[in-house]
Amino acid sequence: MMAWISPASLLAVTFAAFTPAFYLYKISKVPPAIHPLLHPLVTAPLLVSGLLLLVDVDYSQYRQANSPLFFLLGTATVALAIPLHQQFHHIRKLVKPLLITLLFGASFAVISALSVAWLLGASIDTLISLTPKSVTTPIALGITEKIGGEPGLTAGVVVFTGVVGAAFGPILFRWLNITDDRIKGFVLGISAHAVGTARAFEISSRCGAFASLGLGLTGILTAALLPWVVTAFLR
Amino acid sequence: MLSRPRRAGPMANGSQTLNMLRGFIILLVFQGIGEAAAHYGKVPIPGPVIGMVLLFLALTFRGSEMPIWLGQTGYFMIRWLALMFVPACVGLFFLPTSHVGQWLAIIGVIVLATLLTLTATACVMKHLLQPETKHR
Repeated sequence: MMAWISPASLLAVTFAAFTPAFYLYKISKVPPAIHPLLHPLVTAPLLVSGLLLLVDVDYSQYRQANSPLFFLLGTATVALAIPLHQQFHHIRKLVKPLLITLLFGASFAVISALSVAWLLGASIDTLISLTPKSVTTPIALGITEKIGGEPGLTAGVVVFTGVVGAAFGPILFRWLNITDDRIKGFVLGISAHAVGTARAFEISSRCGAFASLGLGLTGILTAALLPWVVTAFLR
Repeated sequence: MLSRPRRAGPMANGSQTLNMLRGFIILLVFQGIGEAAAHYGKVPIPGPVIGMVLLFLALTFRGSEMPIWLGQTGYFMIRWLALMFVPACVGLFFLPTSHVGQWLAIIGVIVLATLLTLTATACVMKHLLQPETKHR
């Protein structure tokens, strides 16, 4: 039996880990330095999990204590409508390229996940749990339940995808010589969902608005189409 | 023009807390409507995402300009997005152990497929937006 730890202190752990993580990120932000793994979304969870393992608290207890943050995540998602509304005049001009990019990106995310997993010898159950990896967690969980994947694995895979996208996306953009915030944002939203969107808002609010758009559209499109694709090809 | 909302002027200082609350109420109301829609509509789309779509529609078809206080509360929430993700990201280190033999494949998929998706999608969109700048 694990020791009882007050929920307030487990919530405090999150805040306490975020503070040095954020500070480290700030001071490492000297322009040419490469720092994708120093993002607070990488360092803060590492700190927290280290601490949880150290004092032997299991994740469900921590998760329970941090449910206010999970709830506020929903409220912040609603707030994404605000930059979306403010940037809508930019979006309206680009309906066609945005829709093509969306269709391409959302299907490429699924296809690339399936083919790399197949090449690396993953089992069919794992394959299925991996398919919704680029979709925001709550939608991905709904999808995985529908297609018979494992929710625990899907949740982990989705978050990891977001962290990889948020951490390495900006570097990739630099290599690919992409300077347009609209591209950066939309691509981050499509391939790294809400975590990528959080990162996009650090670039600019226009970047964030395009990310919110990509995040919402990818989620809705994948939820509507993926169950059909999976039943047609994998089951 | 309509970018980041300006800080409220000195006149608004007294009611700044109230404005924050007003903005929060709007966000919660839309979150609530979204949750109800997801619950009764039996769609696989999460309530907050529906709430986001509805708030967007409301702001766009309302006609008049968005109130500054709503923008302030909204950007306040967005600024803390990364912090709100920390508990979910911690779950990464406590995954179910039933897929132990598959870890190489899983990590490979996430890293490789995500980088591939980012690269390919960015290239496609860059290509699609090219005509816009070609005439320079």
